[in-house]
Amino acid sequence: MVEKPKAVLVIGGGIAGIQAALDLGDMGIKVHLVEREPSIGGRMAQLDKTFPTNDCSICILSPKLADCFRHPNITLHTISEVKNVTGQIRDFSVKLRKYARFVKENECINCGECAAKCPVKVPDEFDMRLRKREAIYPYYLQGVPAVMTIDRENCLYLTRGVCRICEKFCTINAIDFEQKDTDATLHVGAIIVATGFDPFDPSGIPQYGYKRYRNVITSLEYERLICASGPTGGHLTRPSDKKPAETIAFIQCVGSRDLKNNRYCSSVCCMHATKEAMLAYEHDPKVKSYIFYMDLRAAGKGFQKYVARGEQEYNISYIRNRVAKITEDRNENPIVWYEEPQSSKTEKMTMDLAVLATSLMPRKGVEELAKVLGVELDEYNFFKTDPFNPLDTTKSGIFVCGCCREPTDIPESVAQASGAAERAAEAVMR
Amino acid sequence: MNEVRVGVFVCHCGTNIGGFLDVPGLAKYALSLSNVVFAKDNQYTCSEAGLTEIKNAIDEKKLNRVVVASCTPRTHEPLFRSTCKDAGLNPYLFQFANIRDQCSWVHMQDRDRATEKAKALIRMGVARAVLLEPLEETEVEVNPCALVIGGGITGMTCALSLANRGFEVKLIENEDRLGGTLNSLYKLYPTHEEASRLVQEKTKEVEKNPKIEVLTSSEVKEVEGFVGNYDVTVRQGEKERLFKVGVIIVATGAETLKPVGMYGYDGKTFVTQLELERMLKERRLNADTVVIIQCVGSRNEKRAYCSKVCCLTALKNAMLIKEANPNAQVFVLYRDMVTQGTKYEDYYGKARETGITFIKYSPERQPVVENKSVRIYDELLGEELSLPYDLVVLSTPMVAHNDSTDLAQKLKVPVDENGFFLEAHVKLRPVDFATDGIYVCGCAHWPANVSESISQAYGAASRASIPMSVGHVKTEPLIPVVDEDECSGCGLCELTCPFKAIQVEETEKGRKAKVIAASCKGCGACGAGCPQRAITMRHFTNEQLVAQVIALAEVTP
Repeated sequence: MVEKPKAVLVIGGGIAGIQAALDLGDMGIKVHLVEREPSIGGRMAQLDKTFPTNDCSICILSPKLADCFRHPNITLHTISEVKNVTGQIRDFSVKLRKYARFVKENECINCGECAAKCPVKVPDEFDMRLRKREAIYPYYLQGVPAVMTIDRENCLYLTRGVCRICEKFCTINAIDFEQKDTDATLHVGAIIVATGFDPFDPSGIPQYGYKRYRNVITSLEYERLICASGPTGGHLTRPSDKKPAETIAFIQCVGSRDLKNNRYCSSVCCMHATKEAMLAYEHDPKVKSYIFYMDLRAAGKGFQKYVARGEQEYNISYIRNRVAKITEDRNENPIVWYEEPQSSKTEKMTMDLAVLATSLMPRKGVEELAKVLGVELDEYNFFKTDPFNPLDTTKSGIFVCGCCREPTDIPESVAQASGAAERAAEAVMR
Repeated sequence: MNEVRVGVFVCHCGTNIGGFLDVPGLAKYALSLSNVVFAKDNQYTCSEAGLTEIKNAIDEKKLNRVVVASCTPRTHEPLFRSTCKDAGLNPYLFQFANIRDQCSWVHMQDRDRATEKAKALIRMGVARAVLLEPLEETEVEVNPCALVIGGGITGMTCALSLANRGFEVKLIENEDRLGGTLNSLYKLYPTHEEASRLVQEKTKEVEKNPKIEVLTSSEVKEVEGFVGNYDVTVRQGEKERLFKVGVIIVATGAETLKPVGMYGYDGKTFVTQLELERMLKERRLNADTVVIIQCVGSRNEKRAYCSKVCCLTALKNAMLIKEANPNAQVFVLYRDMVTQGTKYEDYYGKARETGITFIKYSPERQPVVENKSVRIYDELLGEELSLPYDLVVLSTPMVAHNDSTDLAQKLKVPVDENGFFLEAHVKLRPVDFATDGIYVCGCAHWPANVSESISQAYGAASRASIPMSVGHVKTEPLIPVVDEDECSGCGLCELTCPFKAIQVEETEKGRKAKVIAASCKGCGACGAGCPQRAITMRHFTNEQLVAQVIALAEVTP
């Protein structure tokens, strides 16, 4: 009798982890997909549209979320973390910590009655803190599993022992304050790491005024602002006075190609800035955008044409320059300062909004995960790979894909995810 | 079929629908429609209680059609279909009426009119449900053998991985040896290891793998069939061989543009990067001043794209020139330096440190090659420079093989405007074709470096392994049916079909269209385009759709 292939553990439920899990599941291999947040979807779920087709991000992602959820070979572990890994290729033992949701996942129908009654208001991380949510909340509208979650840090009952109002209003008794964090042990033959990225915090570059000036925001904040399901319902308004933004500066390489921060290029920002400027114009053809860049890196399929379309049809000007600083006038308009290279003269432009293309960095906590897995990171804390063995980590049986190995756009992340699934399948089926 | 008995379940979806429409009123209304024998409103039709109610009603009320008026089929149709199936009802006798996404959510301000619209949606749903027919899924077996076209690093990686998984592989290579483009390269960035070492290592592995059959000096002559069952005729010299394979992977790579007529290209003093690689490899570089020009023949009107790998190739070769001749002066004339990712920005820095001079030019003021020097306007300095040269290297883009369109036609898959193979979906299906069972990776898809090509090769192997692992593919039950008496054999459907799933064949009755169920996606394009109206789309028949339209036009009683 042929021994049945072992299962595969996939860490990270963004588009890369999802694709890897779906490929393996479709091959007939059992998959444990572990996600730290209450729902899978990752960064792609936060994007409004995607370049170079301007497809709606969540619309093309959400069928994959549903496929993952329903797949007979995929087990989702949300609000969960890998705590310990022992063993070796074809024989790993994984200790998983599954945190309590305090909501019964199989019973909650996501109706939202509980949140309507919850008295707590805290910034919503999914919407980049641009909106408040309750302590019982859906991670995001289209999230999977489509259930509510109680945020233990902010729930009045869990922090101070009073309230439980959600419990009273839940018509199907899906709230369960008795839930405990549990540990599970999984036996798997291979592991795929797909933990994605965190954006660079630009308050580390004080001359750009992020957090000091309300109308200086990051790209990911911008994605939420312009998204129909975001905090402003898709109206691109300035945080300071809710006026429509009509002149927008996109500042590239914020924290990237920067000796003081990350020396590397984040690969995707030239294109997402182009897309973001296009979207602003689609919302309001009065919008004029300026993209301040160093080298325009539009090397993927259809990217040069996309940039050309941006210039010709979407009122975008590309200015080759590293912005020196941003100040603000008395109306809170950001003023972008740069040096005109040929004359060496200092120039400035007054904008309604400035958007910082922040560097893509490894997720917080990645060092600990690497230690748990016993794999090496590179000098920037991305998972270390060899250029000619690009999906293998330094430990046999552990593979990697997407932005946790290097900043990567969606198509490349998806191709790598399938590739990592192949490597894992090779490992468990041999 | 006996009497049609429709059950209608109207969902409140908490306040999502219930807050904006008169849901109990809708259930009452549904009961007034002909053929409806049971109607009820539920707080949540998708909850365990709601689903049980559907199952019980199918049993007790002898329902043979179910209509749920609720959120959206996008997320919930599979659930309700399987509920029907559990209760013994064919799942294709289920019908959705979308009264949330397409009604309550968009008409929150006008309860009365929104309720009227919901009535119309339910009326339409019931009208179609009455005419629904049971459908069955069928299966087609998949031959666990892959054909990989192209024996470069991409094709070899893909073939090896599939063979390691236990599948048979036929690896077809045009040239007389494996290795592809890497055979023409000297060293590889960023590690500067020799390309030949990588090729030898992979070739050896491929050759000793008993699951892989390599056919060099070969080409694909003809492809017939569909996912799981392709018949491929391969020509090797005079011989022809027929292979039966389940899947096909295109890994044919690309070639480098020869810049004939550009910047005085002569293959001696004016050479391409590939020709420079050969000079470096054979240690016959004899030049103290080298000018490298980027974007020669790319990012222009004829070839609008950036070829992705040329900046790094230029950096690598510039450094190798300095290594071979430390006194050499090397100038790189570029437009945008494309050194993306974590490994290459430092590589660029290293090149600067070795004393290579980088000069940025704009497309409006291209370099001009003169008798003894290259004239260039330095954008950053704002000055015109005159650079002497012993050798001028032209960085030309990767272009699709001349015969890529020919191969694409044989496989009936599309290519883009530049002749590169066109994937099924730019974002989420980067190595699939829209046609099931055919995949693409490496430079056949778009210029890619070795690292990316290897990743994609594994990616394509994964995708291709899925139907082979499962052993069969399920065929779509929502496929067209051809009425042979009406079909005139005009072939319009064959031209329209994006999936190569319908073709005209000789039959006893003459030329008739035939549906290949395993390839069909049920999109309906053939049916819509048929001038004879000989094609009926199952589950979306004219009768069903017309009944919906008539129901919409009816005035609410």
